[in-house]
Amino acid sequence: MIIGRTDLAVLKPFRIGAAEPWRFNAWHGAALVAALIAAVGIGEAQAAPGTPDIIATMLKWTPLLAQGFALNIAMSFLAMAIGTVTGVPLGLAQVSLLPQVRASSWFVTQFFRNSPWLVLLFYCMLLLPFEVRIGHTIVPLPGWLKSTIGLSLPVMANMSELVRGAVRSIPFGQWEAADSLAMTRAQTLRMIILPQCIKRMTPPWMNLYAILTVATPLTSVVGVSEAMTLTGDILSSEGRSELLVPMYLYLLLWFFLYCYPIARATLALEKRFAVT
Amino acid sequence: MVWTPDQPLVSLRAVFKSFGAARVLKGVSMEVMKGQVICIIGPSGSGKSTLLRCVNALVPIESGSILVEGQEVNDPKLDKLALRRKVGMVFQQYNLFPHKTALENVMMAPIHVLKRDQREVERQALALIAKVRLQGKEGAHPGELSGGQQQRIAIARSLAMNPDIMLFDEVTAALDPETVKDVLVTIRELAADGMTCMIVTHEMGFAREVANEVYFTDGGLLVEHAPPKEFFASPKDPRTRQFLDQIL
Ligand SMILES: Nc1ncnc2c1ncn2[C@@H]1O[C@H](COP(=O)(O)OP(=O)(O)O)[C@@H](O)[C@H]1O
Ligand SMILES: [Mg+2]
Repeated sequence: MIIGRTDLAVLKPFRIGAAEPWRFNAWHGAALVAALIAAVGIGEAQAAPGTPDIIATMLKWTPLLAQGFALNIAMSFLAMAIGTVTGVPLGLAQVSLLPQVRASSWFVTQFFRNSPWLVLLFYCMLLLPFEVRIGHTIVPLPGWLKSTIGLSLPVMANMSELVRGAVRSIPFGQWEAADSLAMTRAQTLRMIILPQCIKRMTPPWMNLYAILTVATPLTSVVGVSEAMTLTGDILSSEGRSELLVPMYLYLLLWFFLYCYPIARATLALEKRFAVT
Repeated sequence: MVWTPDQPLVSLRAVFKSFGAARVLKGVSMEVMKGQVICIIGPSGSGKSTLLRCVNALVPIESGSILVEGQEVNDPKLDKLALRRKVGMVFQQYNLFPHKTALENVMMAPIHVLKRDQREVERQALALIAKVRLQGKEGAHPGELSGGQQQRIAIARSLAMNPDIMLFDEVTAALDPETVKDVLVTIRELAADGMTCMIVTHEMGFAREVANEVYFTDGGLLVEHAPPKEFFASPKDPRTRQFLDQIL
């Protein structure tokens, strides 16, 4: 399978603070549209006489595709929420004064940060039960939920690193000033350090979200009916080979249109924070 | 033992401190009475900042004794927070909280550390900001203030804790010459009001004028100390003389 050799960003462990984070830019968009137009043209040329045209077919399936895409977005929201809510305390544990807490949270962070996302996804699919009992109620864990949990693990680890890096980047004088005012460590973190961290963490956090969104089609490998899976289903029901390339490019365009504004906003924030 | 104001407010006995292999304080002893203003001068790296930081336990010492109002600082059971409520400190780099306004900087610790009433704290904070002559700047963020203005807000922030003693660590060293004066005026007024002060400074004119006693440090030792007139007119130790010759 190509996955072993690919250079696709989501299959490699994602690192925050690497020189230039990967993100969509306008060139990607232009190239994508050009490729889509070319693919439709080539497809039409190859098509057997009498078949409906490619654009019409794409539009016919658009509502179904939108349903699948909505699941991708829902999974990205939920995984981001879980990853953020668990990653912040994990990151704070990494700056704890207790060596054991520091060491174990460091290990957890490194483990999930350096595992390929797809591996974590498979682990969650295979190891999580299909339902859990909470008190007397049985909560089912459908595939999409399990893979969302799988996606949230690397988000958690990257969030943890983000928090650690941001706390470390606050000048030592801030701690000294708070200490000399008799503030406790918890007060200093809550009122002095973390509020200053939020500003620094927002752009990389948004970047992390964009990468997570692009990673959600990975869940098609474990059978979740998101947009990528549905595209495959559509293609097999149509049974027309000339549709293959245009359909996947069309899907990619959806992701681009969703992520590009986020990338622009991230850049704008980075610029603004760099000046002040 | 109960501390009474006729005893030293701060007393150091044979204080030793190393950072790794570097011995920074090699047996420092001094006494500061209530209401006294002492200035510490000496070459860079001689341990002046470390000395001040030991007094409010920002830096733990290895041996010796530091008593603040009779309370031993070199004690594993020390209540650091209780100590720091009594000891204010102002730093060379101001270290204001950049995400808070000037007023919020001054009000934060009294409200959250001392749990005082918000209204009352605000009244005091406004008075303190007026005292350091920064009326009208209450809503400004530190980034919008000059160095000298930030430093005066930092002084107000420490004073809002109603400390018994103030530590100043080269508070004018990072400032433009024009703004140094305003900060020195503020400290001078504070001293005139009877605040006990330990001041590390390179401003010799200021030290001469404000100090009750001037200390000279070199290589982790207190070389000599004397009232300012005597200190500047007839320094005894050759190291002191050399330092003063260079700087004056
Ligand atoms: N936190 C620290 N860790 C290691 N070395 C330190 C630390 N603080 C100060 N020192 C060293 O101790 C010596 C005295 O420093 P300091 O007290 O800042 O001197 P001064 O304020 O007189 O310039 C210097 O050599 C400095 O490098
Ligand atoms: Mg110093």
